[in-house]
Amino acid sequence: MSTAAPTRTGAARRRGPQDRQRSRARTRSDLRWFWVFCGPFVLGLVVFVYVPVLWSVYLSFFDARNTVTPTTFVGLDNYAYLLTNRAFLVSMGTFVVFAVLIVPTTFALSLGLALLVWRARFAAAFFRSAFFLPTACSYVVAALVWRLSIFNGARFGLVNAGLRAVGLDPVAWLSGEHYLYWVVLVSLRLWLQAGFYMVLFLAGLQRIPTDTYEAAALDGATGWRTVRWITLPQLRATSVAVLLLLAIGAFQAFDEFYNTLVSVGSYPPYARPPLVYLYLVSLGQGTQDLGVGSAGTVILTIVVALLGALQLRILRPRKDEA
Amino acid sequence: MSTARGPVRGGPEVVRHVVLGLLSLLFLLPFYVVVRNALASPAELVSASWVWWPADPSLANLRRLFADENVQFARSLLNSAVVSVLQTVLTVAVSAMAGYGLARVPSRWSRVVLGMTVLTLMVPTTVTFVPTFVMVSSLGWISTLRGLVVPVLFSAFATFLFRQFFSGFPVELEEAAALDGAGRWRTFTRVVLPNAWGICAAVGTITFLNAWNSFLWPLLIGQDPAYRTVQVALSAYTSSQRVDTAQVFMGSAVAILPVLVVFVVLQRQLVQGVERSGID
Repeated sequence: MSTAAPTRTGAARRRGPQDRQRSRARTRSDLRWFWVFCGPFVLGLVVFVYVPVLWSVYLSFFDARNTVTPTTFVGLDNYAYLLTNRAFLVSMGTFVVFAVLIVPTTFALSLGLALLVWRARFAAAFFRSAFFLPTACSYVVAALVWRLSIFNGARFGLVNAGLRAVGLDPVAWLSGEHYLYWVVLVSLRLWLQAGFYMVLFLAGLQRIPTDTYEAAALDGATGWRTVRWITLPQLRATSVAVLLLLAIGAFQAFDEFYNTLVSVGSYPPYARPPLVYLYLVSLGQGTQDLGVGSAGTVILTIVVALLGALQLRILRPRKDEA
Repeated sequence: MSTARGPVRGGPEVVRHVVLGLLSLLFLLPFYVVVRNALASPAELVSASWVWWPADPSLANLRRLFADENVQFARSLLNSAVVSVLQTVLTVAVSAMAGYGLARVPSRWSRVVLGMTVLTLMVPTTVTFVPTFVMVSSLGWISTLRGLVVPVLFSAFATFLFRQFFSGFPVELEEAAALDGAGRWRTFTRVVLPNAWGICAAVGTITFLNAWNSFLWPLLIGQDPAYRTVQVALSAYTSSQRVDTAQVFMGSAVAILPVLVVFVVLQRQLVQGVERSGID
C-alpha cells in the first residue's frame, strides 16, 4: 500500500513565487478538506475504538469491580489472575477446539461447493444462491432452528426422529454429558458461512487465466488432475485468506454459542469461547469486574491482532495487482 | 457463469448435478424448518414423529405473536428497521467520505489516518466490546437509539474499500469538474458519487445484513425491552421460562423476510461486496 495520496495537480509545474504562494494556499485548503472528508470517521474511531481500548488498557492495571474510575492500582494482578485462571484458559482451549473443528470443515466444504458449482452446466445460478442464502440468516435464528428443531434433545427433534427411524436412541445433544454439542455448534456455523467462503473461492477461480487450462488440456490433463495441479495451486492466495478469515471469525464466536446454550438466563459451564467468557465475567449477571474484563480484552486483542497482521502481511502483494 | 471448458463428459456431469441437488436441499432444509414450524400448531411441533407439513397450515401464530404483550414484537421490528436503515445510510456516507479524503486529498495526515484504519481492520470491533460498552454506558447511551446506532457506524472495512476504489477512479473526470469551477464537495457529490453506485450498493447491502442480524451489541445496549432489536427479542424467548416454539418460529420467519428480500434483489451487489471483503 502506498500511504500518502499522490498529488494529482500541479506536481510537475514550474514553480514561480506566485505559484509557491498559491500552492501554500492550496495546502491549507487541502488540509481543511481532508478533515471535512475524514473528520467524522476519525472522530468516531477515536471515540468508540481508540479511547475505549486505551482506557481499557488503563483499567486492566486496576481493581475495577463495578467502577470505571478505579483507584486501587494492582499492577499486573489482573493479567496474572487471568493467565492462571482455569476458566479463562479453558475458554482459550474452547476456541482452539472450535477452530480445529470449524476451520478445516468450512474450508473443505466451501472449496468443494465452489468447484462443483463453477463448472455446473445446469442451474448453476440456482445452486450458487441456495448455498449462499444462509449467509443472510442471523446466528440467532439459526440457533433457534438448530436448538429447538433439528437438534432438539427430545424425540421430536429432526435428527433424533431420524435416529429413531433407524432404531437408535435419541440423543440429548446440548446436555453437556458428552461432547456432542460440538456437532450442533459446528454444523450450524458450517451451514451459515460455507456459502460466503464459496463466493470467495468462486472469485478466485475466475481469476485463473483460461489459457492455463488450455495449455493443460493440450498436455492431456483432465478432470481431477487439472484440479489438483492447476486449480488448487492457483487458489493458494485465496486459500490462505480464507483460512485466516475463518480463524478470526471463530475467535469472535458469540451469537450461536449464547443462543444455543443459554437457558433461563444462565449459561452452562461448558462451551464458553473467549467472548462468551468475557461477557459473563465483565458484563454478565452479578459483579461487573471491569479490571479483569479489560485485561481479558487486551489479551484477546493481542491474539486477534496477530492473526490479522498475518493476514495483511500475506495479502499485501495482491493489493497492488487489483 | 458460463464457463464451458474441456469436453462434455456425461457420467461425471450427472454425478455433479445429483450431488449439487442433494446439497442444495440440505442447505435449504433449515429454511423449510422455519416455515413448517411457523405454520404448525403447537401440538404438531411436539408430536412423536416428525410432521413434514402441518395438517392445517395457518397464520394463527402470527396473530398470537403480535398480540403477545410480553414480547413487543412489532416494536422490536421497528427498532431493527430504524437501526438497520440508519446504520446502512450513515456507514456508507461516513466511509465514502473518509475513503475519498484518503484517496484524493493530499495531506500529511493521510498516513496517520490510514494507519489507524488498518489497525482497526486488524482488530474486529466485536473483540473490544467491553471497552466500547463501558464508553457508551458512561455517555449514558444504554437503552437508547443512538447507543444502538452511533458506536457501530465507523467501519474501517468500509472506509478501506472506498479508499481502494477511489484510488483507482479516473482522475480526468474530477479534473474536468474542477475546470468547470466545481469545488471539492461539489465534485465529490456530483461527479464521484454518481459513478460509485456499485461500491455504495455493495457496502450498503453488507452493512444492512450485518446490522439486521447483529446480536451482541444490541444485546448489551437494549437492556430496556423497548429497545430490543428483533434478534434480541427472539433470543429473549429462549431464555424465558416457557418457550412457545410455534410463536418463536413465526417470529423468526418474519425476521428473515426483510433480509431475504434484500438478498434476492441485491444478490449481485452482495456477491461483489463479499468478493472484495476477503481479497482485494
